[in-house]
Amino acid sequence: MEKTDSNYIKNLRDKLKKQKQSWVRVGMATCGIAAGSDQAFSFFTDKIKESSLDIKVSKCGCAGMCYVEPLVEVGIQGMESVLYCNVDLAAASEIFEKHILGNKVVTRLVYNGKGLDKQKRIVLRNCSVVNPESIEDYIAFDGYQGLIKVLTKCSSDDVINELKISGLRGRGGGGFPTWMKWNFAKNAVSDQKYIICNADEGDPGAYMDRSVLEGDPHSVLEGMMIAGYTIGASKGFLYIRAEYPLAIERIQNAINQAREYGLLGDNILNRNFQFDLEVRLGAGAFVCGEETALIASIEGKRGYPRPRPPYPSLKGLWGKPTVINNVETLANIAIILDKGGKWFSEIGTEHSKGTKVFALTGKVKSSGLIEVPMGTTLREIVFDVGGGVLYDKKIKAVQTGGPSGGVIPSEFLDTPVDYENLQNLGSIMGSGGMIVMDEDDCMVDIAKFYMQFCVDESCGKCAPCRIGTYQMLQYLTKISRGQATEADIDNLEDICHAVQKAALCGLGQTAPNPVLSTLKYFHEEYLEHVKGKKCSAGKCVRLLNYKIIRNACKKCGACFHVCPVKAISGNKNDGYTIDSTKCIKCGKCYDTCRFDAVKRG
Amino acid sequence: MVKATINGLEVTVKRGTTILDAAKTINVKIPTLCKHADLPASAACGICVVKVKGTTKMIRACCTPLEEKMDIITHDAELQKIRRTVLELILSNHPNDCLQCPRNNNCELQSLAADFGICEVPFPQFLRELPADKSTKTINLIPEKCILCGRCVYVCQEIQDVWALSFIERGHQTRISPAGDINLSESPCIQCGQCSAHCPTGAISEFDETSVVWDNLYNEDKYCVVQIAPAVRVAIGEAFGFRNGENFTGKLYAALRRLGFKAVFDTCFGADLTIMEEATEFVQRFAHKKGKLPLITTCCPSWVDFMEKFYPDMIENFSSAKSPHEMLGVMAKTYYAQKNSIDPSKIYMVSIMPCTSKKYEISRSKEMFVSGYQDVDVSLTTRELARMLKQAGIDFVNLEPEEPENILGEYTGAGVIFGATGGVMEAALRTAYYFITGENYKEIKFESVRGLEGVKETSINIQGTEVRIAVAHGIGNVEYVIKKIEAALASGQDLPYHFVEVMACPGGCVGGGGQPYGATDSLRLIRAKGLYDDDDSKNLRYSHDNPFIKKIYKEYLGAPLSEKAHKLLHTRYLPRPLYKK
Repeated sequence: MEKTDSNYIKNLRDKLKKQKQSWVRVGMATCGIAAGSDQAFSFFTDKIKESSLDIKVSKCGCAGMCYVEPLVEVGIQGMESVLYCNVDLAAASEIFEKHILGNKVVTRLVYNGKGLDKQKRIVLRNCSVVNPESIEDYIAFDGYQGLIKVLTKCSSDDVINELKISGLRGRGGGGFPTWMKWNFAKNAVSDQKYIICNADEGDPGAYMDRSVLEGDPHSVLEGMMIAGYTIGASKGFLYIRAEYPLAIERIQNAINQAREYGLLGDNILNRNFQFDLEVRLGAGAFVCGEETALIASIEGKRGYPRPRPPYPSLKGLWGKPTVINNVETLANIAIILDKGGKWFSEIGTEHSKGTKVFALTGKVKSSGLIEVPMGTTLREIVFDVGGGVLYDKKIKAVQTGGPSGGVIPSEFLDTPVDYENLQNLGSIMGSGGMIVMDEDDCMVDIAKFYMQFCVDESCGKCAPCRIGTYQMLQYLTKISRGQATEADIDNLEDICHAVQKAALCGLGQTAPNPVLSTLKYFHEEYLEHVKGKKCSAGKCVRLLNYKIIRNACKKCGACFHVCPVKAISGNKNDGYTIDSTKCIKCGKCYDTCRFDAVKRG
Repeated sequence: MVKATINGLEVTVKRGTTILDAAKTINVKIPTLCKHADLPASAACGICVVKVKGTTKMIRACCTPLEEKMDIITHDAELQKIRRTVLELILSNHPNDCLQCPRNNNCELQSLAADFGICEVPFPQFLRELPADKSTKTINLIPEKCILCGRCVYVCQEIQDVWALSFIERGHQTRISPAGDINLSESPCIQCGQCSAHCPTGAISEFDETSVVWDNLYNEDKYCVVQIAPAVRVAIGEAFGFRNGENFTGKLYAALRRLGFKAVFDTCFGADLTIMEEATEFVQRFAHKKGKLPLITTCCPSWVDFMEKFYPDMIENFSSAKSPHEMLGVMAKTYYAQKNSIDPSKIYMVSIMPCTSKKYEISRSKEMFVSGYQDVDVSLTTRELARMLKQAGIDFVNLEPEEPENILGEYTGAGVIFGATGGVMEAALRTAYYFITGENYKEIKFESVRGLEGVKETSINIQGTEVRIAVAHGIGNVEYVIKKIEAALASGQDLPYHFVEVMACPGGCVGGGGQPYGATDSLRLIRAKGLYDDDDSKNLRYSHDNPFIKKIYKEYLGAPLSEKAHKLLHTRYLPRPLYKK
């Protein structure tokens, strides 16, 4: 069969690379579509067809600049390609008329390129370029070259050695050396082994994996194939959360294409290698991102973690040796094998190699997905890549690692980001959520937010996490309401330590991190809530006082009517006042007043 | 072997030994809560954490194998503190109503709290307001008291293969319940009570019926009679501090009389009667080709319930003989009543069983009322009896042994081994051999059906014909046997077995769901040994040699499988499929 030959893929690549054609690429990941890029896509497709132009309109993944979506890139033969942002229908029309028909760049809409210079795109290399729905596009951009090299030139030991040289560590949060995981599974003797791609991304605000799956699905498949070849697995599963319909659709489409091209199935590339993939959907439990719970879930059991050892690399899915890697880790594999481990190891710090993708969100001007070399400082990330704090307010802290991570105060902004540094600061790399916080953010409130998440997502198996997270939330709530004592903070800390040490899985063991790190760096703020019954950031509503400003009050009586406890008295002639002894600080008057006459603080 | 250090002491243990077990070899007891000696670690409670010197992480001793050169610390200030906090957290989510709990004084959580000297829990208590499920009238499920150790779920799913219990909801709302949040009585539950036998707290316990028994004992109008099952005699001692399988038969007879029972019978006599009927049934089917083979025993009501629910196609293979306590029940209200001129309507028959399921069996079908009254009025577990003895102020341990009623009381060695897995088979074979050959089997014992192997397959030679048999205990072991039978039937090959014994509980009735708490395989073997010793000590080892059995057939029943025997001693089974195919 022609297609199973590695030369076929190489020749196809060379042929595609030689094609000279103008093109329009529209960012069609979930973020782009949410911003309306599907309209831009249809517009360009229809217009170009109507005008019988020889221009290829294609979808691409997320370029990362989610704050200026929809993004459209135009490459007209003889002109440099131009990336446009905020392309609504009017903008699309203008771009079509002026740039595509008139060869004139619409300068007003061109993306300013801010924040791109400090980034280095390895994982996201294809996300704004390749059409995720086309295997040919992937091949044209050197896709499957890593696999070809491995299958034609490398033994499993060569692959593991190359990964060892690269220094790649797991991007799911733990940072375990990838080569070691693979090596354990490779050396395990078994009639059947498995590869699992962990795409159960669940940290609030994090969407790196979704973007890669939606933007460059074949790179993940290629990584899995290489892993399968290396450890001797003939079967792989992609465990994707069901809330990612587009990622699922594109991955399934990619699997079908890879089968068509003979890259999955029997005798792949004529190298006597058999491998196939299946998609399994997660039902939305955060804990199923924990590897042993994920395995249980694929097996059709309740998503409960189990104690390790035995580690999955020795006893995993259905008791067989199993490598579980996160999406981002797998997206690194093919390019490392293609370009060599040494190339990769030259990026990053001594112990953390390569790049890391972060979902940069919160109080930052340019929110979105960024990819920076390991060792980039938090300051560079927030101010150079992210464009600084929203409304130029004062930065207070950066939260990394989601509910398992911690809060890093602004005095550590110059810390180079790598696995060890973040851990030493009481946080973790995690899967790559990064939330910028300013002076309006209350640390008790932040800790409470993450604890609420952990309470909701605790699987309930082990007592320390099941009961500990619930009790921690009670204490945090008490503190945020000004009802706590200093002894309550001590109790809270005791629970933190117990849960950290005695919870069964990573989710539980790290659940206290947001509390511990805020307690460590913002102890005064806790004391302010406890002793001063005050929340300077103005987030803890129960600690706020409400007052009606006489001069601003229009005496409409709206506040009087919404107050659920009749704490507001007065009438339409004399105006209204709030009795603070009766007020329960629900904030209804504040929300109702249309004249900013209710002041809170 | 693995060499390592625990608390500075060198230990050498077999590879794969957990830190928990390794520590025991140097007399260090690491506290645990969720771990059950016989079950794989679920690692749920977090009490057993220990440290590896030089690392900050704590690991669970219950499920982490000791590795070469590990340097383990099991106790230090930090570990004590963490364990205490975890325990306090568990207590903050527990009703802590120990004084009104079925497990008061016998609860693993309570003992641990006592060991830690906990007098106050620093964290606010939060309870889940969950309704108790008493729908089965055999087992009470009180999810509020549950610490989610997972033992019951494991036992129900993996050992019993019943899947009545599972975890539902998640986080702090997690609880045990039948899937779909239905009642236990609507679930596949077969009421074996293994969940209750493994529960560390009062979350699952037997449906207590002692008060109705007290009422009847104090009712002068009633003629209260009682029978005790084989397995009870070797386990009741545990409630009084004897964990050695000692046989307390004589003391039990005496104690039951002191409780106020007017006649004390022994279910072992019923067992001898069952053997007469069942062995005859076997000979009919095997030697005279009348009826289906293999013949499957039906002494165990949980097994009967399971079969009716999941393998109704095999009902014809079931022995129609009633279980021993039912046979004894009906004989008490007919034969015994007539003989002693007692109005059977006044007889109140209590059976003391190692079993929760017997509570269900006594009213499971109309055949259980064949005397004209309910043949057995109430069935108590060993645990309930122990409580009654204590309430009655009976100094059980120092009682002088007494004898049972000679009618419906005297039993042979074959009757008493019913309480151990393989016992029914062995007793039946002793008599079947006699029925076919006309002489007693010389070696008496059938060693190959004894012991705790999940499925025991063997064959014996009776007059040149091979009788193939299988003995399974623990419902999870049954599937193998049934599948083998089904495969042979489907392919028309020779049957793999002619005679099959099944007991729902691991170890048979000695490991029953109503027995004193804390059963492990080693204790089950000790209890079984107590029964086999009793057999060894008997002059009469064959049911058909029991003079009172002979008498009852002569005076009342005629012969085994006679019309009268059929009416009184046999029952029928109904398909009760839970799910449509």
